[in-house]
Amino acid sequence: MTEEHMPTVTTITAVIDETPTVKTFVFDELFNFRPGQFCMVWIPGVDEIPMAFSAANAITVMKVGDATSALFNCKAGDKIGIRGPFGNGFYPTGRVLAIGGGIGVTPLFTLAATGEVDTFILGARTAAELVFPNELAGVTDLKIATDDGTRGYHGFVTGILDQLDVTEYDTICVCGPEMMMKGILDRLVAKGIESRGQFSMHRYMKCGVGVCGSCCMDHEGLRVCRDGPVFTGDFIKDSEFAHHHRGPSGRKE
Amino acid sequence: MIKLQTPAAKIGGVSLTNHMLLAAGVLGTTAASLSRMLRLGAGGVVTKSIGPEPKDGHHGPSLIPIAGGLINAMGLPNPSKEFTDEIAPLLAAQKPIVVSIFGGTPAEFAKVAEWFPNAQAFELNLSCPHAEGYGAAIGANPRVVRECTEAVKAFGKPVWVKLTPNVADIGVIGRAAEEGGADAIVAINTVKAMRISTGMRRPVLGNKFGGLSGTAVFPIAVRCVYDLYEACDIPIIGCGGISTADNVLEMMMAGASAVEIGSAVYDNVNVFSDIAEDLYAADGIPVEEIVGCAHD
Repeated sequence: MTEEHMPTVTTITAVIDETPTVKTFVFDELFNFRPGQFCMVWIPGVDEIPMAFSAANAITVMKVGDATSALFNCKAGDKIGIRGPFGNGFYPTGRVLAIGGGIGVTPLFTLAATGEVDTFILGARTAAELVFPNELAGVTDLKIATDDGTRGYHGFVTGILDQLDVTEYDTICVCGPEMMMKGILDRLVAKGIESRGQFSMHRYMKCGVGVCGSCCMDHEGLRVCRDGPVFTGDFIKDSEFAHHHRGPSGRKE
Repeated sequence: MIKLQTPAAKIGGVSLTNHMLLAAGVLGTTAASLSRMLRLGAGGVVTKSIGPEPKDGHHGPSLIPIAGGLINAMGLPNPSKEFTDEIAPLLAAQKPIVVSIFGGTPAEFAKVAEWFPNAQAFELNLSCPHAEGYGAAIGANPRVVRECTEAVKAFGKPVWVKLTPNVADIGVIGRAAEEGGADAIVAINTVKAMRISTGMRRPVLGNKFGGLSGTAVFPIAVRCVYDLYEACDIPIIGCGGISTADNVLEMMMAGASAVEIGSAVYDNVNVFSDIAEDLYAADGIPVEEIVGCAHD
């Protein structure tokens, strides 16, 4: 326990509008991370929140609460603190299918950027909310689903999944809303290949380094921040996944 | 290295499977994580501190690894009364679980204690250094420590009192707990501390200051346990920066009958079983020969 892990203070060099509710914040430090690992982002005077890296020097953020709203008010020249990378990240092998919904595409985008993803299913509510569609189209076989049908398949990402032979893939990497991930897990379970699924879990985190316990999942008590955030489908199918999670006080929600 | 005999022990009214408990505030929010730590070799576990009202805790950053330890200001996040449902199955199964509670007054301590009629023991958090109106804010006052201890002892269960090192004479506070009927003293909680981000020119913790734990505080904890052994007659549970079997022995020689381990899980989640492997042997010496042996 001798290494200092004080937040690295970075200066925002660019803010890029990705969609009406998603921005990318580029900063002046490079972090050596594995796709699926995350960092703790310190917005001074506000809070510290977990975020996926979208590049070695960037995070891509959806505006959902106080901390992300404060981040959205930041501009080039402002400073934020970064701790990380944390967590295990994805560890795909063989033929890889990635499925990302909403802002959940971010860690999978970094995986696709390495050239490791054969097929990518990208979902959003509407065409304007698709994150990184053009970048992904250049590095993978991209299939798009929108809830309202404004681009690609009209419906959820699971609709596209049902059109594929998922057993042809050795690893299925997933990140997105929990109900979306549940729909995918159910399909993997039905084929008996849930262990090929790698799901990036979201839970309320405080410390980010596996000490405080705020992100521990039922029933095994594993820490999402340290033992995860990526867990295989055979692990989460009997967990609290899709049943409940906990808020800042630890109350079940 | 010295080895200790058979690990089973009854300390401060609680039957433990070895002399090492998981300290309060570390992986103690859920029954699942507490069970996991028991599976991974903890001889007992102490829950996250539960208070009279639900609390979300301080804004982040709330915990930062620094040289020699961790600095945290969590702000006592807890689900309050809802924790009774969380912990009920483990209490019913008679697992070695100590329920940590906090309050701002003796009446609030009693209110929370009343929610856990099946608790094996209570640990009173009179020592958190960064929660206004709670913890060390009241735990530095011997009269309040005695009254809080009496209020919870009225439920007829073992009561442990966790003390702050942030006082001039910890022996005075230990004696107050003993006078209030405490079955054991736990020493120490974190040491009030602060770090400033030079790049940001501001304190790094959301709460500005917090508590230091980990190897950096071990010598402070040993000194406090040594002082308490001189001042009190009830068992002492040593806590603060323990990460090796030799640390456990040193704490016992200072006067601890058992220890709590917290920050060491940051480096090694298997710390309990790893220490047990080094600490115990069937032909080891009795623990009684070690506890307090460093005193004249």
